[in-house]
Amino acid sequence: MAFTHLHELIALAENQHISIGQVMLKIEQEQTGRSEEEILAQMEAQFKVMEEAVRKGTEQPIMSRSGLTGGDAFRLNEYIKNGQSFIHPGTLQTMAYALSVSEVNAGMGRIVATPTAGSAGILPSVLVYALESGRYSRDAIILSMMTAAALGLVIANSASISGAAGGCQAEIGSATAMAAGTLVEIGGGTPEQVGHAVGLALKNSLGLVCDPVGGLVEIPCIIRNGLHSMTALAAADMALAGVKSVIPPDEVVRVMHEVGTEMPASLRETGIGGLAGTPTGKALREQIFNKGKG
Amino acid sequence: MKYTSAFEIIGPIMVGPSSSHTAGAVRIGSMARQLLGEQPIQVTFQLIGSFAETYQGHGTDLALLAGILGMTTDSSDVPNADKAAMDQGVAYTFTKGSAGTHHPNTVLILAEGATRSVKLLASSLGGGKAEVQELDDFPVTFTGEKPTLIFSHTDEKGFLAAVSRILNQNGYNIARLALERKKKGGSAMTICEVDEIVRQEVVQELKHTMPGLQEIRFVQTV
Repeated sequence: MAFTHLHELIALAENQHISIGQVMLKIEQEQTGRSEEEILAQMEAQFKVMEEAVRKGTEQPIMSRSGLTGGDAFRLNEYIKNGQSFIHPGTLQTMAYALSVSEVNAGMGRIVATPTAGSAGILPSVLVYALESGRYSRDAIILSMMTAAALGLVIANSASISGAAGGCQAEIGSATAMAAGTLVEIGGGTPEQVGHAVGLALKNSLGLVCDPVGGLVEIPCIIRNGLHSMTALAAADMALAGVKSVIPPDEVVRVMHEVGTEMPASLRETGIGGLAGTPTGKALREQIFNKGKG
Repeated sequence: MKYTSAFEIIGPIMVGPSSSHTAGAVRIGSMARQLLGEQPIQVTFQLIGSFAETYQGHGTDLALLAGILGMTTDSSDVPNADKAAMDQGVAYTFTKGSAGTHHPNTVLILAEGATRSVKLLASSLGGGKAEVQELDDFPVTFTGEKPTLIFSHTDEKGFLAAVSRILNQNGYNIARLALERKKKGGSAMTICEVDEIVRQEVVQELKHTMPGLQEIRFVQTV
């Protein structure tokens, strides 16, 4: 691998005067021997699955397999239509998209893990939002998925993208950072600004515990996908405005790993602590898993 | 370096909700189907550990069924696997077993077809990765990520040497080779992982040449 840290990835882009997405595309070609066209065609196939998943839950209410959750993407989509929201309706649509993907996932529909199934809503929601703004080409969006991949690789290799290993910050936090950095590149920011977007977004997720009710990828996973899509957009705008992560992004990634290591096991995808351990969380667990017994 | 490809971060395309409880379970079912080598008629799934505790919520039952019916992790028909089983006349039962020393996400599958049966103990290790722990009571392990040949044979001198020789002569590189036997000269099973899919004529050559061979089966997950 040609890079382990963000500063190395940024230097590769700056030295060759290309984007981070193009750096990743070249590296993927070198490592696999596949052509640029093949790689981008596979990414586009994944983008199509993302597009289906962002729409499905906004067009009709989707219930999860357990029956615990569902229909929130549809609810939000209907609410947006009356034009009275605090967040600008177009922007709020992004949240509906993120909720939709997560609901499709909980309902055993098809999604793309980005980087995991539990955090699969965030990147698709901002990519579709960016495409629908009409300011960027479809090709630019497909290429930007390579940017997201590069940022995710740094986090996966220097920290973690597993809730069981590093808590929710490693899944939702990583996805938010990937989405923020990717938006900066789509929006014409420099590789350095991409790095700051990652740092800013990741800082805002530090300490987030993985506490799914009943161990299922539903509560609070779906809501966190929705809200963090907003964080990704905001962090991208901050970075494009010139706001910097005073703690260097690589140090933020590093500390995310350290915080994850210090988290007790009950808060790392065991379905024991946090929201899973609340009276209602425990009651819901009973309700789901004792259904059909005795 | 744990991760090296863009597609390990963006991807795979999969049916939710969980890579370990759903995608990994489809892969286990798929391996059981390939090992059975024919349409199943009767299947028993004994769920162990977290699989037993949470299978309804994660759709692990549907995922295992989907796999044994020949579906893949990205098939949108996975949630309807129970109906597909009914349509195809496949009878199935789910039972619970105790965890013991097994990985938390483990299943013991007993599958019967018209002419044969297979017994498979396998675990879902996370991120959609699945691993067989025991096959027909032999303690063999494989993931099916690489093309995998499974030889059932009698323990005879020169067996592994012959496997290596024939595969080498035909240009194949062996990634992993492991033999388990009941006793010296007794029944044995050999697992051979190769880097590329072995051509049918080479499989035939192996069948005709290998000493003490009963059969060769092939597994690869997608």
